[in-house]
Amino acid sequence: MTVDVRKGEVLVIVGPSGAGKSSFLRLLNRLDEPTGGTVRFEGRDYKEIPPPELRRRVGMVTQTAFLFPGTIADNLRFGPLQQGIELAAEPIEALLSQVGLGGRAGEGVAHLSGGEAQRVSLARALATKPAVLLLDEPTSALDADAKDEVERLILTVVRRNDLTCVMVSHDLAQAARVADQVMVMNKGRLAKIGKVSEVINAEGNLR
Amino acid sequence: MLKEIFANQLLLGCPQAAVATLVALAVMLLARLREIHLERETVVALVRGIVQITAIGSILVALLRGPSWTSIILLGGMIAAAAKMSAGRSKGLPRSFQVSLWSIASGAGSVIALMTWAGVIDTRITSLVPIGSMLIANAMNTNSLVLNRFRSEVESHVGLIETGLALGADSRQTVTSYVQVSVQSSLIPAIDSLRSLGIVWIPGLMAGMLLSGARPIYAAIYQFVTISMIFSSSGLTALICSLLIRSSVFSPAEQLVLRPPQVSAPNVRSGG
Repeated sequence: MTVDVRKGEVLVIVGPSGAGKSSFLRLLNRLDEPTGGTVRFEGRDYKEIPPPELRRRVGMVTQTAFLFPGTIADNLRFGPLQQGIELAAEPIEALLSQVGLGGRAGEGVAHLSGGEAQRVSLARALATKPAVLLLDEPTSALDADAKDEVERLILTVVRRNDLTCVMVSHDLAQAARVADQVMVMNKGRLAKIGKVSEVINAEGNLR
Repeated sequence: MLKEIFANQLLLGCPQAAVATLVALAVMLLARLREIHLERETVVALVRGIVQITAIGSILVALLRGPSWTSIILLGGMIAAAAKMSAGRSKGLPRSFQVSLWSIASGAGSVIALMTWAGVIDTRITSLVPIGSMLIANAMNTNSLVLNRFRSEVESHVGLIETGLALGADSRQTVTSYVQVSVQSSLIPAIDSLRSLGIVWIPGLMAGMLLSGARPIYAAIYQFVTISMIFSSSGLTALICSLLIRSSVFSPAEQLVLRPPQVSAPNVRSGG
């Protein structure tokens, strides 16, 4: 498959379970190794970039928010600390305000709701100032209200920070709401790719 | 009771082994009643144990009369066998044999060499081989505990480890806390042996020394020396093992290669 995602664009990958959507996403920040082909990041073969450096530029939010034990602020500090940067209170607060959790930096993560945990996970990914954001079904583990909130939030954050975004979703309606481009995968292969109107019809089904 | 029936030591050994085996089998059956199935492993271990120790005992009789350098070959063979057994306890962990071999050889080997050089262990084969084997056996147990615990810690924290990787962390750093827990827990038996020495148990070496006519205080001190050496070799083995395993679970591109059997990583479980 050949896929091109331009700067600031939101590509949503849809397809049935087992289609290889998440596996494809994990290749993009090299959590898994491609068995063939080339991934180019900013025009450069990404194998030339040391994996930790690549991953700092390509943030990821997973379906389940795996938060490190400690406070919300500890989680936000983690990424920058890998680059030797100690994140001060002010940028932490700014990041938390972006995700609607202003004033809660010192709170422990143990008792956060699913939606709040996912917001922390998003803020944590943004803390390393990535150019690309990978989202692996970020709302599928949330209840309906939290799902809408987090989806709106993601879209706002992506647009505000001019992030290139690749998102996996099993929800065609969600894809239609957030995508610039939609890619359909089936059995590990690219079935279709194009603008929302080219891939999803007015009834919200695949064309 | 058995001693009154069997005058000959060799004849006495057989019924003694039979009684000990029956007790072990009874424990196995008790476990079975609680739905804990140890049958196969226990029977295999008992058969292996008796065959191995009898064979080695017979070989030792011949070797113990040989020159001192044969002890190096014997100890080397024991280290290789210990590494193989320890690696067998950690199936699924990449390069577990190499990690075990290096850890036990450097951990137990260096303590044996240092103590022999310092004159703490006698260079006579009759002293070096039994004491060396004790250090190797304990180093093997510790190594197995580190590998086993580390594997289960990594398998239960795949999501957190990959989150760390995805945030640009150095791969070895993402498993540091699991390595620490594994090393600490692996050393509990060695520390407890040292703490309980003389109160909870009086090991066989001291009893043997007393029987062979050593002065009781010297036998006691030497027992402390032995248990300290066991702690040192176990500790060193655990530390070396911890340095080696943290890189063994990652690919050169810093990807986690160890996965729980039959279960995908939580962040790739659903969806595509």
